[in-house]
This record gives sequence, structure tokens and C-alpha cells, in this order.
Amino acid sequence: MLESLSDKFRKILRDVRGQGSLSEANIQEALKEVRLALLEADVNFAVVKDFVSSVKEKAMGKDVLESLTPGQQFTKVVHDELTSLLGGEDSSLELKGKPSVIMLVGLQGSGKTTTTAKLALHLKGKGRNPYIVPADLFRLAAVLQLKKLSQEIKVDCFDSDDYKDPEEICKEALRVASLKGYDILLVDTAGRLHIDDTLMHQLGSLKAILKPSEILFVADSMTGQDAVNTAKGFNESVGITGVILTKFDGDARGGAALSMRMATGKPIKFIGTGEKVDCIEVFHPSRLAGRILDMGDILTLVEKAQATFDEKETQELQKKLKKDTFTLDDFKSQLQQIKKLGSMDSILSMIPGFSAMKQAKDIKIDEKEISRIEAIINSMTTREKADPGVLNASRRMRIAKGSGTKVQDVNKLINQYQDMRKMIKKLKAAGPKGIKGLFQKFM
Amino acid sequence: MFKKLKAGFESLKAGLARTHNAIMGSVESAFTGESREVVLERLEESLIMSDVGVKAATEIVDGLRTRMVGWDSSKFKEYLKESVYNILKEVERPLEIKERPFVIMVLGVNGVGKTTTIGKLAARYTAEGKTVLLAAGDTFRAAAIEQLEGWGQRAGCPVIRQAHGGDPGAVAFDAIKAATARGADVLILDTAGRLHTKVNLMEELKKVQRVVSREIPDAPHENLLVLDASTGQNALSQARLFNEAVGVTGIALTKLDGTAKGGIIVAIARELKIPIRFVGVGETVDDLKDFDANDFVEALI
Ligand SMILES: Nc1nc2c(ncn2[C@@H]2O[C@H](COP(=O)(O)OP(=O)(O)OP(=O)(O)O)[C@@H](O)[C@H]2O)c(=O)[nH]1
Ligand SMILES: Nc1nc2c(ncn2[C@@H]2O[C@H](COP(=O)(O)OP(=O)(O)O)[C@@H](O)[C@H]2O)c(=O)[nH]1
Ligand SMILES: [Mg+2]
Ligand SMILES: [Mg+2]
Repeated sequence: MLESLSDKFRKILRDVRGQGSLSEANIQEALKEVRLALLEADVNFAVVKDFVSSVKEKAMGKDVLESLTPGQQFTKVVHDELTSLLGGEDSSLELKGKPSVIMLVGLQGSGKTTTTAKLALHLKGKGRNPYIVPADLFRLAAVLQLKKLSQEIKVDCFDSDDYKDPEEICKEALRVASLKGYDILLVDTAGRLHIDDTLMHQLGSLKAILKPSEILFVADSMTGQDAVNTAKGFNESVGITGVILTKFDGDARGGAALSMRMATGKPIKFIGTGEKVDCIEVFHPSRLAGRILDMGDILTLVEKAQATFDEKETQELQKKLKKDTFTLDDFKSQLQQIKKLGSMDSILSMIPGFSAMKQAKDIKIDEKEISRIEAIINSMTTREKADPGVLNASRRMRIAKGSGTKVQDVNKLINQYQDMRKMIKKLKAAGPKGIKGLFQKFM
Repeated sequence: MFKKLKAGFESLKAGLARTHNAIMGSVESAFTGESREVVLERLEESLIMSDVGVKAATEIVDGLRTRMVGWDSSKFKEYLKESVYNILKEVERPLEIKERPFVIMVLGVNGVGKTTTIGKLAARYTAEGKTVLLAAGDTFRAAAIEQLEGWGQRAGCPVIRQAHGGDPGAVAFDAIKAATARGADVLILDTAGRLHTKVNLMEELKKVQRVVSREIPDAPHENLLVLDASTGQNALSQARLFNEAVGVTGIALTKLDGTAKGGIIVAIARELKIPIRFVGVGETVDDLKDFDANDFVEALI
């Protein structure tokens, strides 16, 4: 079966413990897996080569700590190296000048216009007074697109309609901004190819007019091997200050980010996680590292869960877990909490190894599944919910009928619930350390 | 039983070929300084660097390795081109407009070039003397409707639209009715960009398809998936999931005017065998070409 990279490392390096340390011979196979994983995640070929040799260097001769398995040790080396290369913890926006200017540049269709609006909303939320400047006069309805987005987020937008070239727009917008006291200018530019000399030159003149403190290269997280060329091209012609990765809400592993980072040395600042204007998040290197390696994004999941889960309900739940009085009703309310986290898809994509499974088409994520479970539980009597032990065949049949499902569905649910109780018991037996261990296994 | 034998034979053949190559390689390298394994490895690398993907690249090169006993290593590149050409030749099938109205539904993830490709198609078919109707099925993205209307003006064909935020199924319904009433030759439906992993959005697409086929049973006659040449391995996932959801009958590969090679199309052709109809090579109406396997391979390798 398909397995996550960390599982593979564990198997490959199982025997290393006896040998005491990681050596060239015993990590050879694991390094091959690293290479493969990175290439499948779209990291550029040349970048992969460098990365693998630097991991080799870092891993070799490392004593295997008592507390870790060799697989974990190696996983940690790979993950740490990737994180540090993606890194630069501080990726906040550089906002100098009055007004400070942010320019968004990139290939066609990468997400510049949407991201302009997202950044404006983000900055507005921080108490700033941004001004949106549409400077794409080339694509059909591009100005209108940004005007509409500005209206939606209630941020003022420069009226670019009366102008014939972006240079004029930028000059005039600067004047208006200082007149009206906007403190940040967000300038959207037309999509262009890095090999289009005329258009790259135009970016240069916009830069000369605007003197931006940020020139953000907006790139699609699905980009392949070419990411190196485009990022380099934009960086060499205009000098970018950072990267924004868009469309991160899909199943792309996002290896292009590493390529771009290596090609330009510029930090990744934000990721776009959806089509809506509030779908933007600050970039975390270690999370992307996990995703590139397909080790999942447990950190994000945990954080998101903490933010979403109702504090009181969670405490209640913990009490019940402790007393072992966790009923089907609790199961249902837990599911509802999970639903609040986002689509099943986005939750599952954060779980280690899951993207690989999805590709194998083993698992169909069915949003309806949760509703089905809810319907089944709703069709139970109070007694049945509190004590599923009483659920004999005829009761199960009745519940299936009442919820419009099949008896198999009811059986499946009961089994799931019982599995969960078993797991809870195990966790309790292991104590807090055991739970931590469970998470460590993932990370 | 037979399968097993065959597999055994294949691996034996591969093994022999490898031995042969190793020997030949060392003989050659004594003269040219380059063993055939090195040449093969470099070719495999070049495929990976064009986004063909590790799996497909390895299999293609392995296929070469088993067949090339006694071949001249200076011609490996030509052999590789031929292998890839053979894969792509099978999917080089131009779109034929047969039915009337011929309904094309255009799909793909966000920003790949769906609307632009529609504009180019509209101009092409109009120039061929066909009457074309466009439907603004992207009711989600800001100003997507106006963008399509702009293309309609350029091509000189009408656009059926409703308000922003409306139901794309209803737009499709209106458009089918209008196409039938006006006796249009071609109806092209724009759809909102959607990531293939979003279940609800894929359901929405299925619904649009159902609306169309309820009115005209064998329509859409073409479900055209637009892929961006700069996309890496994810394009395979896109092709699989769009295909599962609505059945993809053709592919348009856009943005080939950049430096990306679009090699993932090779992996897609191998796995899904979906015809590749068009390539996009720029942002104007003239920048749409029929897919040509030979040209593509020449640019790829
Ligand atoms: N799912 C998803 N879609 C996004 C994201 N960011 C942008 N999009 C979508 O991607 C498509 C292209 O976005 P735009 O903002 O128009 O891209 P652009 O770079 O301005 O495009 P051009 O101006 O045509 O070069 C639109 O359909 C957006 O809704 C994201 O983070 N996630
Ligand atoms: N260079 C280049 N740009 C393209 C091509 N096709 C589309 N585009 C650009 O890609 C961007 C997104 O295109 P659009 O049609 O809006 O994509 P949609 O969101 O899929 O409908 C626009 O800026 C187009 O001009 C192409 O073949 N080459
Ligand atoms: Mg734009
Ligand atoms: Mg569109």
C-alpha cells in the first residue's frame, strides 16, 4: 500500500539501530525515497540534487538517539533541512515609505488580482488604510474584476478606466494617495511571461515610479519544474522581495516553493487558501515542509482544531472521556465540531500520507457521510444512544429505515464508535505521554 | 500462468539488455568517454525536467533500454523522441464539429486559461463561417462574465448571460434553448475555475452537465479540459478527477509560449488516453493551434 514517507523511512531504517549511527550505506535507500518524494512534489530537479546531498551530509554519522527510532531521526533531519531552506521565520511585510507601496507581479492566471484584494483586507484588518490600484489594462475586464473585489471588501479603489497606460495610473494613484492619506498602495499588474522583454521592461518603469517596499511574486502552488526559470526571470528583471503561493487549497504538494526559494533567496510570505477574499494565511515553512514530504500538516490541523472547537464543549468532552461515558450523542456533536473545521477534504489533506491515498483513489471523501451519520444517530432512541449495546438486529433495521440508510451503514457507524472508544481507552492507559507519542509518530 | 511466464520473460529480456548495455557502454565509454547508461540517465533527467514525472520518465526510458540492444548511443535522443511521439500520436485527434448545435463545455482549475481559450475558439469557428454562441457559466469570479463578453465582441458572437452569482445550470439551460432556437452551429459554455478536489464544486459541474444533456441527449459533445503548461504533477490529478466527475473528451494545453514544456501531458496521455485537441501559445485570438504531436515532441526533448 501507499504509505507516507515517514513510514517508509521507518521501514528502511529499521535495522540501523543496532548499527548505532546513520551512515552512507544505511541511508542510501532512504535518500532515494527523499529524491522521489521531492520530484513528485514538483521540486526542481537541480534543487533536489543539492538537497539530497546536503541531507546526506547532515544525516551521516549522526548517532541515533535512544529516544528516537532511526526512521524518526532521519525524518527529523530531512524535515528540519527542508524547513530551514524554506525558512526565514520572519516573513512579515516590509512597509516602508509614505505611503508604502506593494506591487504584485507574476505569470498569467497565477492569482495576482485576487491576492491584491486579499492583502488589502488583511491589512485593513490590521488597522491600515489601504488603497487598491488596478494597473492591468491588458486583460479583458481586469480593472472591473478588481473594482468589484474592492467594493466587496470595502476598500477604496483607484479609477483606472480613464487611463491608457499603467505608468500614468501609478503616477496619478500616488498623487491621490498622498492627497487622501492612504498609507498603503496595493498595485495589481497584468500577468506576463518572464521572457517577454517589453512587458518586463514595463515592470521596471512601474517600479521606478512607485518605489515599492514590496514586490511580491504571486505564483501558483501547482507550478512544476519551470518555477525556477520564472522566479529567477522576475527576480532578475525587477527584483522581487517575496513570494506568495496561491491555490494552496488543492492537493498540489507545493514543491515549486522550494525551487523558487532556492532560485531567488526570497522568502515566501503568504499562502492563498481559497477563492474568497479572506482566504490568505501567513506562511509557515515547517508546515510546507511536511506537505512537500507528504508527512501531513498535523500542526495546522491541531491549531485549527484549537481555534474552532468550542472550549466548553471540549472540556465537557474531556470529562466524559475520562469517565468513559462517551455516548453516540457525544460522537455526533464531535462530528459537528469537525464539520466546522472545514470541508472533510481540507481536513483529510492535512493528515499524513493522505494525499497519496487519495491519489490511489482508495478513499472517496464523501461530505454526505457526516450527514448520513447524523441522520442515523438522530433516528436512535435516547436509550440506544446512551448504550449502543442494546442495538439488536431489529432495532438496527428500524434505525436504517428511519434515517433512510442501509443496515450496513448503521453497523459501520456502531463499529466506528466502538473503535473510537477502544482507542480512547488505550490513550488513557498510556497517559499524556502516550498521546504525545502518537503525535510524534506523525511529525 | 501465461502472464507470469510473460512477465518472467520480460524481466529476463530487460536483464539481458541491461547487461548488454553495460558491456557496450563500457566499450563505448572507452572510446567516447560516455557510457550509454549516462546518456540514458541524462535523457531521463531531461524528461523529468520537462514535468513528465518520475514514473512516466523512468518507464519510458526503461522501455528504451530493453529495446535498444545494439543501438548507437549517439542516436538515443532520436529514439527517445520516437517513443514519446508514439505515445502522443495516439492522442493527436483534432476536434471535429459534427452535431448541430455542437456543445462544448470548457472546464479546469482556476486561472488556466478557460475563458481565453473560449475566445480563441469562438474567433476560429466564426472565421470558418460557423455561427457561434457563448454562455457565461462562470457566475462566481468577479467580472468573469464581462471578460467573456469582451471575447464575444472580439469574435463577433453573442453571449448568453445572467447576473453575477446566479446558477450556472440556469445559464446553461438558457444557452441551450437559445442555441437551438437560433440554429447556432456551436455553443461554448464557460465554467468557473474549480479545484478538482472540491467535492461541492465538482457536484455543481455535474449538475450543469445534466442540465445540458437533458435538453440535448448526447451533449455536451465535448468536455474540454484546459490545462496550464506550467503546471507540474498536479495536472495528472486534475485530469483524473475531472474525468471521473464528468468524463473529459478533450484537452487544451495553454501557455506553451512560456518556458514550461507541459511534459505532464505525456503522463496523462499514457494513463488516460484523452485526445489533446489544442495548444495555446499566447493571449490573442490567433494564438490557438491544433495539437501536433511531432512539434510538441521536438520542443519537449
Ligand atoms: N482555489 C483558489 N483559487 C484562487 C486562489 N487565488 C486565486 N484564485 C483563482 O484563480 C483564478 C485566477 O486569479 P486572478 O486573481 O484573476 O489571477 P491573475 O494573476 O490576476 O490573472 P491574470 O490577471 O489573468 O494574469 C481566479 O479564478 C481566482 O478566483 C487561491 O488561493 N485558491
Ligand atoms: N501567455 C499565455 N497566457 C494565456 C494563455 N491562455 C490564457 N492566458 C492568460 O492566462 C490568464 C488566465 O486566463 P483566463 O482565460 O482568465 O483563465 P480562466 O480563469 O481559466 O478562465 C489570462 O491572463 C490570460 O490572458 C496562453 O496560451 N498563453
Ligand atoms: Mg489579474
Ligand atoms: Mg474564466
